[in-house]
Amino acid sequence: MMRAGRFHYVAAKSPAEAASALADGGGKAMLLAGGTDLVPNMKRRQQMPEIVVSLRQVSELRQLHIDGETTIGAGVTLADIVRDPRLRQHGALFRAAAQVATPLIRNSATIGGNLCLDTRCNYYNQNYEWRQAIDFCKKAPGPAAVAIESVVNDGDGTCWVAPSSPRCWAVSSSDSAPALIALGARVSLLSSKDGEREIPLEALFHDDGMRYMTKRPDEVLTRVTIPHDGVKSTYWKLRRRGSFDFPALGVAAALRLGTGGIVEHARIVLGAVASRPLLLSESSLLVGRTLTDDAIAEFVDATAKWAKPLDNTDFLMTWRKQVSKLFLAGVLRELRGDDVETFPLLARRASNVGEAVW
Amino acid sequence: MSGHRVVGKPRRRVDGRAKVTGQTRFADDLQFPRTLHCKLLRSPHPHARIVSIDTSHANLAPGVHLILTGRDFPVTFGILPVSMDEEPLCRDKVRMVGDAVAAVIAATEEEAAAACELIDVAYEPLKTIADPLEALANEEPRIHDHGDHGNVHKKVALEFGDVDASLAAADHVFDDTFFYEGNTHLALEQHAAVALLDPDGRLTLHSSTQVPHYVHRQVARALEIPAHKLRVVAAPNGGGFGGKTDVFNHEIIVAKAALITGRPVRICLTREEVFLCHRGRHPVLMRLRTGVKSDGSIVAMDLETLLDGGAYGSYGVASTFYTGQLQTVTYHVPRYRFRGCRTFTNKPPCGPKRGHGTPQPRFGQEVQLDKIAIALGRDPADLRLQQLEQPGALTANYMRLGTIALKQCIEKVVEGSGWRDKWQRLPDGRGIGIACSAYLCGAGLPIYWNDLPHSGVQLKLDRSGLVTLFCGATEVGQGSDDVLAGIVAEVLGVAPHEIKLLTGDTDLTPVDLGSYSSRVTLMAGNAAIQAAERARAIIAAGVSAKLGIPEDRLVFADGRVFDAEDPAQGLSFQDAVIVAEGKHGIIGTTGSYRPAVSAAKYKGGGVGPSPSYSYSASVVEVEVDRTSGWVEVKKVWIAHDIGIALNPVLARGQVEGSVYMALGEALMEESAMRRLPARLSNALVHKFPSMLEYKSPTTMEMPEIETYLIEEPEPDGPFGAKEVGQGPLLPIMPAIANAIFDAVGVRIDEIPITPDKIFKALREQAQGRSPRVGPDSFPAIEWGEVSIVPPPSEGGDGRAINEKPRKSKVVDSGVRLAPDSPGANVGDGVKR
Repeated sequence: MMRAGRFHYVAAKSPAEAASALADGGGKAMLLAGGTDLVPNMKRRQQMPEIVVSLRQVSELRQLHIDGETTIGAGVTLADIVRDPRLRQHGALFRAAAQVATPLIRNSATIGGNLCLDTRCNYYNQNYEWRQAIDFCKKAPGPAAVAIESVVNDGDGTCWVAPSSPRCWAVSSSDSAPALIALGARVSLLSSKDGEREIPLEALFHDDGMRYMTKRPDEVLTRVTIPHDGVKSTYWKLRRRGSFDFPALGVAAALRLGTGGIVEHARIVLGAVASRPLLLSESSLLVGRTLTDDAIAEFVDATAKWAKPLDNTDFLMTWRKQVSKLFLAGVLRELRGDDVETFPLLARRASNVGEAVW
Repeated sequence: MSGHRVVGKPRRRVDGRAKVTGQTRFADDLQFPRTLHCKLLRSPHPHARIVSIDTSHANLAPGVHLILTGRDFPVTFGILPVSMDEEPLCRDKVRMVGDAVAAVIAATEEEAAAACELIDVAYEPLKTIADPLEALANEEPRIHDHGDHGNVHKKVALEFGDVDASLAAADHVFDDTFFYEGNTHLALEQHAAVALLDPDGRLTLHSSTQVPHYVHRQVARALEIPAHKLRVVAAPNGGGFGGKTDVFNHEIIVAKAALITGRPVRICLTREEVFLCHRGRHPVLMRLRTGVKSDGSIVAMDLETLLDGGAYGSYGVASTFYTGQLQTVTYHVPRYRFRGCRTFTNKPPCGPKRGHGTPQPRFGQEVQLDKIAIALGRDPADLRLQQLEQPGALTANYMRLGTIALKQCIEKVVEGSGWRDKWQRLPDGRGIGIACSAYLCGAGLPIYWNDLPHSGVQLKLDRSGLVTLFCGATEVGQGSDDVLAGIVAEVLGVAPHEIKLLTGDTDLTPVDLGSYSSRVTLMAGNAAIQAAERARAIIAAGVSAKLGIPEDRLVFADGRVFDAEDPAQGLSFQDAVIVAEGKHGIIGTTGSYRPAVSAAKYKGGGVGPSPSYSYSASVVEVEVDRTSGWVEVKKVWIAHDIGIALNPVLARGQVEGSVYMALGEALMEESAMRRLPARLSNALVHKFPSMLEYKSPTTMEMPEIETYLIEEPEPDGPFGAKEVGQGPLLPIMPAIANAIFDAVGVRIDEIPITPDKIFKALREQAQGRSPRVGPDSFPAIEWGEVSIVPPPSEGGDGRAINEKPRKSKVVDSGVRLAPDSPGANVGDGVKR
C-alpha cells in the first residue's frame, strides 16, 4: 500500500469547531474519527481530502447516556460498545459492533464512523494502479477527479458491476447501520449554517453507491439515539472468516412480542445487499401475527425479492441471495425463542459474536 | 533416539528470541546512510507492444536521481536455464498487468512514486490470452517466442509400460477430471532488497530471498559483472513458501542502480506488487484414469495435466514435471503414463508454492482413491494400506525410494480419529475423510547442471570456545538455522544457542543451493554432520594426547570433553579446543553433500528424484450445513513420517503451519482473475490483490490439530531426519473433499471448495442428478511422441527406448563426500 498523500490537519476541540472547519473546507474537508476507513482509502487514493478534520480530541462525542433512551456519542468506539454491559439490551447493536473487523480495529473505529462508512466494491477498493488498469470506475474515476465525500463525478466512468447502468452499485458495508435502523435509532447532524437536526437513521442513506448519505459535507454526525421500546433484537452477519471481513450480507431484526407471542412491533433490515441498508416495509405484515413457521415462510417469500446482491463483494452473488432467505427466517426464529444452538452451522456462526467475547 | 542430548529434544529455536522480540533484521529493516529509493512503473495492459517511453518530465521531478528503462538491461534472466525469458524492465512488450517498464530512483519513496506518474509510456495493445484453453486455441499472438509452439510453453509425455493394455485388462477403470485453482504464498513479509557498493567498489545485494546462490549467479550475469565482484546476502525471510525462490527484477534493478549512482538503493514491494510477482500455485486441470483390480489395487495410471503458467517461464518446466513425477511414490503403480502441458497466459507467472506442482495431482489421486473405495465397497484406509509402495523400491518411473513409514502414519490417524467408528457412521452433515501424500527431501538435481556439492558447511573453532558455522542455507522461518545449530551442537556436545551462525551470504559462506524443495535439513544437515565430525576428531586427538585417554572413550557432552569411564577426567569444551589448536593449528573444517545419482536416465527424469521421501497421512472431520453448503473443519489428525524430528517443537510447527496453509487452499484461497468485457476494456487483472479480499484463514478458522511425528530413521538423513516443511500440506485438501462426501454425499472435484459449490451439488443431489461440482472435460491436446521408458519390472534401464542417448553429466555417486576428499584437511577450513 502506498502512503497517504499530503493534507492539512485540523484538530477540532468541539463538535461546533469541527462543523465550522468542514464549512471552511468548502467540500474539500473530511472528518477523521477512528481513521480505520478513511486512512486506507487515502493510501489507495480513493479519497483524497485536502483537509482532514480530526474528531479525536472532541470528548463530547465520546459520551454515553442511558435514561429513557440510549444516546451514544458518535466518537464512542465499537470496542466500548461491545464492552459496556448496559448496551447488551440492544442485542442487534451489540452483535453488529462485536462482528466488525478485528479487536484492534474496534479499539479505534467509532460508531459514527461505522455509520458513515464509505460504500465498498471490488472494483473500487483496489489500489491506484489496479484501477488504472481497468480504466477506473464511476465511483473513483481517475487521477483528475478524485472522489471525496462531497465531490463525486457525474456520469464519467463505467460502473463495472453493471456497465450499462447510469449509477454506481457500491455496497453499504456497515454492520451497525442495519442494526441501529432495526432498533429505530435516530442520528443528530450538526452544521455551522443550520445548527442541529435529528433524522431517523434510515433517512441518512441513499441507494446510490456514490451519494450514499444524505448528510451534507458540512455536517458532523454527533450522536445516535436508541429508543427503549421493549424490543428484542438481533443481527446476523455473513462473512468468510470469523474476523476481519466486511459483511457480504447482514440481517437485523427488532421485534416486540405481546402476550401469546403476538408481534406488536417489527423492523427488519437487510445490510450489504444494496448501496444502503434496506428497511423492509413488509415488516409491518408481521404485526398482529404469531411467528409460526408458516408466518415466517410467508414473510421470507414476500421479502426475498429485496436482496439483490451483485458481483462486487465476497462470495458468489447467487449464493448470497439464497443465504439471505435463510437469514431472514433465522433471525425471526431466534427472536421467537428458538435455541440458536440447534440451528444449522452457518446460522450458528452468523449469530455468533466470535472473538469479541473474551 | 537414545543417547542424544540435543537431537530429538524439544527446545526453543536458536533464532526464536530475536524473532519474538522484534530484533531480527529483515531486508527492509536494513538502513544505510544516503540511501535512495526505487519505485517501479508497471504496465496497466495485459499484453501490449511498447511504442515509446518518455522519461523527460520525470527526469526533472523533485528528488529524482536516476530513471532506468528496458534499454539499460540488455540481458534477460530467469531462474531456469531453459526459460530465461524475463527482462528486468520490459523492452519491447509487456505480457501482463504489472510488468515493470521503468524504474525511478529518487531521494524518497514518495518522490520516486510521484515521478513514476510523470513517465509517459505509449502502448499498442495486443490480443490477450487469458487461460490455457485460449492459449491452446491461439497460436498467435505469441506471448513469448520460445517454448514448444504457439503459446504452449512446455509439453511433456512419458510412458512407463503399456498403460493402454493394462487399462484394457483392468477390472475397473476410473476416469475423473479435477481442477485446482491457483493460489499464492501470502508471506507476511513483502519482498525487499537493498544494494550498495562496498568501499572497495564491490557490490552487495541484501534481499529477502530463499536462494542467494541462484540470485548471485543471475544478478552477476544480468549486470555483466564477474560473480566475485558481487555479494548476495539473504536476509532472514518473513516467510517464503516458494514465493522468494525466483530471481526478481527488482533485485537486478536496485543492484544496477547502486552501481550507477554509487549510493545504496532500496526497494520494498507493496502488497499489490507481491501479488504481481506471484510464482504461486499453478491452476491445473487434470484428467486421471486409473485401472484397478476388483480389490482396488492399481494396475495402471494415466494422468494428463494442463497448467496455466502465466506470463513467464519461472520454474514452469519443473512445475510441469512435478504435476506427474511423484504420483508413483506412495502406492504401487506398475504402469504409468504422464502427459503435462504448460501454457503461457497474460497473467502473473506461476511457479513453486509449498508442495511445488504436486498438491494438484495429489488432490486428484486421493479423491479418486476415495471414489474407488466407495465404488468397490472398501474402507478407504484399507484400500490405501493394501497397496503402499515398498521401502527402497524403484518405482515405474525410476524414483528410488528410501524409508516409508506411511503404514504407521495411516494406522496412527485411523486410531487417533476413531476412523473405524466414524467413517460412514456419523450423523448426516458430519463426515470424516482420509488422504495420504509424499514429498521430496530435496531435489536430486540443482536447477543448473553441475556435479558440485549441493550443500557445504564450514566450521571455525577458536580458543574462545566459540563454534562458528558458515553455510549458504537460508533461514526463511522454517528453522534451518536451528537445524544446523542443533546438529553441530549434538556432535560437539555444546548447546545450540552457543553456536554462532552465519548463513546465506555468498561472500562468506559455502554454497547451499537454497531453501526450496525441502532440501536443507537433509542436505545441509548432512554437510553439517560431516564438518562437525571432522572438528570432533581434531579435538579428540588433542584431548586424547593431553589426558592420555583413548579417543574412542571420549564423550562430547554438556560443554565438556571427558572420559566415558571416568567422567571427572576431562576438559571444558573451550579448554579442549585450546589443546587441539595447540596441537593441530587453527581449527577449521568443512562438510559437503551431494545426492546420489538418480536411476531415472530419461529426459525429464531429473525432476522427482530425491535422497528420500517423506510421507503423511491425515484424517479430517468436517461439519457441512445442508441448508447453505457451509463447511467447517472440526478437527485434523495428521501423522508425518519425519525419519526423526531433530527439534520436535520446530517439526510440529511445520506440520501445523502446513495444515493452516492447506486449509486456506482447500476452502477459500484463489488467485482469481477478472477480465472486463472486451468491448469496454482490455483489462485482465487480479480480482483481489489485497490481504483483505484474498481470503486466507485466520486463527478463528483453525481447528484442533492432533499431530503425530512418526519416527523411523532414514539412513540417508542427518541422524535419520527427513523433511517436514512441505509434505504435511498435501493430504489436507483431498481429506477435506473426502470428508465432505462422507458428510453429505456430494463430490467437489475442484479446489477451493467453497460453500456455493457444495450448495450447488446439494441441489443437484436433491433433484436426483449427479451430486458433483467439477470440470466436465479435459481438452484434446496433441501430445506428440511419448517417451517410452520400460519400467524396472519389465527390464528397463531408466532410459527411453525412443530417445537419443545423452551424455551423462553427473558422475560421482557418493553421498557424503569421502573423508579424504579436499576439504578434510586440518586447517583447510576457513581461509579468509
